[in-house]
Amino acid sequence: MVPPLLEVKDLSCRRGGRTVFDRLSFGLGAGQLLALTGRNGSGKTSLLRVLAGLTPPESGTVAWQGVDVAQDPETWRGRLAWLGHLEGLKGDLTVAENLGVAERLRGGEAGDRLDGALVAFDLGGLAAREVRTLSAGQRRRTALARVVLSQAPLWLLDEPLNALDAPAQAAFRTALQTHLAAGGLAIAATHAELGIDGAQRLDLRGGGLRAEA
Amino acid sequence: MSGFTTLLARDLRLVLRRPGDVGVVLAFFVVATVLFPLGIGPETNLLARIAAGVLWCAALFAALLSLERLFAADYEDGTLDLLLLAPWPLELAALAKCLAHWIVTGLPLSLLAPFLGVAFGLDGESLLALGATLLVGTPTLSLIGGLAAALTLGAPKSGALLALLALPLCVPTLIFGAGAIETLAAGDGIVTHVAILAALALVALATTPWAIAAALRQAGE
Repeated sequence: MVPPLLEVKDLSCRRGGRTVFDRLSFGLGAGQLLALTGRNGSGKTSLLRVLAGLTPPESGTVAWQGVDVAQDPETWRGRLAWLGHLEGLKGDLTVAENLGVAERLRGGEAGDRLDGALVAFDLGGLAAREVRTLSAGQRRRTALARVVLSQAPLWLLDEPLNALDAPAQAAFRTALQTHLAAGGLAIAATHAELGIDGAQRLDLRGGGLRAEA
Repeated sequence: MSGFTTLLARDLRLVLRRPGDVGVVLAFFVVATVLFPLGIGPETNLLARIAAGVLWCAALFAALLSLERLFAADYEDGTLDLLLLAPWPLELAALAKCLAHWIVTGLPLSLLAPFLGVAFGLDGESLLALGATLLVGTPTLSLIGGLAAALTLGAPKSGALLALLALPLCVPTLIFGAGAIETLAAGDGIVTHVAILAALALVALATTPWAIAAALRQAGE
């Protein structure tokens, strides 16, 4: 049996004196998607932030290819593409500038890939527009284009379908399927159906946990 | 382009897109400084004696004005998460942000101060010394202010808290910066004062990026 690329063991998180999740364990292999579901406040975002290393866990480990990511956090961060509740875009920069800067901050260079990412989310005509002039859906699409552009093996997505219309949702599914087909992994907190066949599901319920993978 | 230069260039570009933000800081510096000669009147000796202290205090307050937004904007739009997740040291990101702040506030304040010093009746040598001490001392204000901005990130009424944290830590820089002009007036050189200001800046450079990074990680949790 091939060991999972991402292995989470006994992960616990406490915030404000409350247990958000306790002794959570799961593994994720190449090409797999994990959908995190549960009610508001059930810990989906907290789990994503703990996995990213933004929030320290109470206990437990996150391992990539068998190595604890805490041993080399910078390398771990280089493997991640992050989409949070907030888009992480600068309103006074254009769409293209935002994507270029984000990629250079990751240590890469957007180059020719920028056009591909823009086209994937129908942003070609908006590339020179300042982000503050865009609608919520257009900003979300820009943030998703940043995720695609990163070429990171693991995508951590918090409500990726937020504010997206039907064509944009379809574009996101296509991008996600392409990423998974190329051996990438994704974990998405969502209230909506992601519409990806074979997705695993982890249902976080009010401090408790039930795996339906 | 490295992450450091990318972040520095991004912050400078953002300032260029909204020049009014820096304009307000510089305008505050000018207005606050010019009020003293207007209020005191043509008492040349008195004005020359208080000039360094007034200009240094005004520069400190002007720098503080813009520090509140140093990390708050990134915190509010989610780009702080991207910095926290960048695969290079957050300490360098903190340094890039403080350097950008100094370039758009400390540097223009240092260049502007000698012109304002004329209104206080300072002689040519004192004007040059004033610019030089501000040039060496204002990086410390940006670094210490950056630390206070990071520590107060997300706190209600963070502006007042930031000032309460930063002002006491800036006192040594203020004393040696303003003291240099008085020393010059007494007929001594300012080398010792400038050397101490440079030492304070180096101590701030060696310590604050780590403290800022720790505070940002805490805020990002």
